[in-house]
Amino acid sequence: MSTSVVAGRPALARPAWLDWLRHRPIWLALAGLLALAIVAAAGVVFGSVAIAPGDTLAILGHRLLGLPVTQTWPASAETIVVELRLPRVLMALAVGGALSLAGVALQGLLRNPLADPYVLGTASGAALGAAIALLIPVQFALLGFGLIHVLAFAGALGAVAVVYRVSRLGGLSSLSSVLLTGYAIGSLLAAGLAITMYLSGQNLRQIFFYLLGSFSLASWPQVAVGLPIIVLGSAVLLTRARSLNALLLGEETAAHLGLDVRRERLVLLAAASLVTAAAVAMAGLIGFVGLVVPHVVRLVAGPNARALLPLSAIWGAAFLAMADLLARIPGELPVGVITGVIGAPFFLLVLRRYRGGYEL
Amino acid sequence: MSGASVELRDLTLSYGARRAVDGVSARIGEAEMVALLGPNGAGKSTLLRAVSGSGGGLATGGARQTGQVLIDDVPLDEYDGASLARMVAVVPGQTRAAFPLRVEELVALGRIPHEHPLLGPRAADRAVIDAAIERVGITNLRGRDVRELSLGERQLAVLAMAVAQAPRLLLLDEPTVHLDLRHQVAVMELLRDLAIRDGVTVLAVMHDINLAAHFFGRLLLLYQGRLVADGSPSDVLTPERIRAVYGVDPALVTVAR
Repeated sequence: MSTSVVAGRPALARPAWLDWLRHRPIWLALAGLLALAIVAAAGVVFGSVAIAPGDTLAILGHRLLGLPVTQTWPASAETIVVELRLPRVLMALAVGGALSLAGVALQGLLRNPLADPYVLGTASGAALGAAIALLIPVQFALLGFGLIHVLAFAGALGAVAVVYRVSRLGGLSSLSSVLLTGYAIGSLLAAGLAITMYLSGQNLRQIFFYLLGSFSLASWPQVAVGLPIIVLGSAVLLTRARSLNALLLGEETAAHLGLDVRRERLVLLAAASLVTAAAVAMAGLIGFVGLVVPHVVRLVAGPNARALLPLSAIWGAAFLAMADLLARIPGELPVGVITGVIGAPFFLLVLRRYRGGYEL
Repeated sequence: MSGASVELRDLTLSYGARRAVDGVSARIGEAEMVALLGPNGAGKSTLLRAVSGSGGGLATGGARQTGQVLIDDVPLDEYDGASLARMVAVVPGQTRAAFPLRVEELVALGRIPHEHPLLGPRAADRAVIDAAIERVGITNLRGRDVRELSLGERQLAVLAMAVAQAPRLLLLDEPTVHLDLRHQVAVMELLRDLAIRDGVTVLAVMHDINLAAHFFGRLLLLYQGRLVADGSPSDVLTPERIRAVYGVDPALVTVAR
C-alpha cells in the first residue's frame, strides 16, 4: 500500500490546531461550558433596564442562596432580575440545547445535511396551532401558558404524527419519501396558516411576532412546565450516540451492526419532536440554531455522535442565550432574526473555509 | 476464535410470483471460503441478503422467504440483531457516508456491536481498531476523509471496518467490483488470510469468475435462482456450464486447475 492514486479534489489544509481539537473533544466541551457560563451571566446582568452588576449579584445571592445581604436595591430591580431575566436565560439555554440536539438527531436519522428540527412538519404545525389560538375568542392562562402555547405544542406533535403515519416511517419506507411527505404536509399546513392569518385581521402582527420567535414572555411557570419536557427529551437524545453512529452508513449497515432500526427511528423521531414542540410552544419558531450548530460542531469535532451530541447541546445553548442577549439590547428584536443574521453568514464562512464537507 | 457454519435448507426467496432464489440447499463449513457466482439476476445478492439476517427486518428487502438459513445450526431468526452483529459482518456492494468521515472513524464503527452501549469504545476496542487498520495496510490513510479516497482505498477501509467487527462469518457483495488489479488482489489476499489465520468463514458474491476461481476453494453457481453447481472451481466451471449459464464462449475464461 505504499503508493496510492488519490482521486477527487485535493484536500484543503485544515489548521493543525483543529486536528488537535478533533481528537480531544473534551476541550471543546470545556470551552463551550465556559462560553455558556459567561453568556448566561451576561444575560442576567445586562438588559434594557440598567441594574448595577453588584446589585444583580447581591440579588441572586439573596434570593437563590439565601445569603443575608442587606437590601440596597429597588424592589423593581429584584423583580427584573429574578422574575424576568433569570427564567429568560434559562429558557434560552434549554431551547438552544434542545433544538441543536433535535437537529443532530434528524440530520443523522434522515442522513440529510439540510434537515433541521422543523423538517418533518413541526414548524408549520406549531404555527397553525398558534394562529388558530389567536382566532379563538376564548382565552385562558394557566401557569403562564395560554391557548397559544397549548395549540402550538399540539400542532407541532400532530403534524409529525401525520407525517409519520402517512409516510409509514414506522415501517420500512425510504427516507427520501419521508422527507418529501414532511415537505408536502408542511406546505398544506402553511396554506392553512395563510388562510388563518388572512382571517385574523388585527391579530396578524401577534402571529407574525410569534413566528419569528422570542423569549420576551419567559416566566418561571413556563420554565417549570417546559423545562422537564425538554430535559427528558434531551436526555433520551443524548443516549442515542450509538444509534446515530450506526446510521452514518445507512440503515442497512446499521441493522448489520445490530441496531433495531425500526425502534431507533421511532425513539429518535419521538424525542426530537417532543423537544422541538416544547421549544416552539415556549419561544416560537427560532430558525437556524438546529441546522447550523450541529454542522459547525461536526466540522470541528467530526461526525462521532458521542462527541457531537453533548457538544451540540452545550454550544447550541450558549449560542441561543447569546442571540437572545443581542436581541434585547436594542430593545426586543425577535431572536429568530438574530440567529438568522449571525447564523447564516457564519455558516457560509465555515462551509467556504472547510469545503470538501458535504455532498447534497 | 473459529468460524461459523452456514446452512441453507431449501431456501426460496420470491418477489411476488418471481422466485429470485429457488430451493437452494447447501452447507458451508467453518473457515470455508466460498464464492457465489452467476450471471446478473441469478439471485446471488438476494441470497446473500437472506444470509445476512433479519436485523431490523431490512435485510431481505421485502422478499418473501420460505426454507431456512441456519448459522451454527441455529435458525437465523432465533438470533437477536445485537448478537448476530457480533458474529456476522456484512460488506455491502456500496458504502456511502452521510457526513464527512475519516478512515479511522469508519473503522471504529465496526466496534459498535461490541462496545459499551452508553460509554462507547474502550481501550480494548481502540486496540482492535488500530490492529484492523494495520492489518489491512491502510495506516497511511487513517486521517483521510473516506470520500476523498479512490474506490480501491475505500474498499480496503470498509474491509478494515469488517475486520474490526471481529466476525466469525464474513459476507461480501461483489467486494472487488470496479477495483484495479492491485486492489482486487489485495482484497482477495486479505479474505484468504482471514479464513486461514483467523478461521473466519467467508461467503462472497463474485462477479469475476477468474478471480473467484483463483482465490476460492469452493464455488456455488446460481442460474435463474437455482443452484446449478457446487464444488471446486475446476468441477464447477466446465466449458458447457459456462456456455449454458453465462451464454458466452468459455475460451474467454481460464480456470486454474
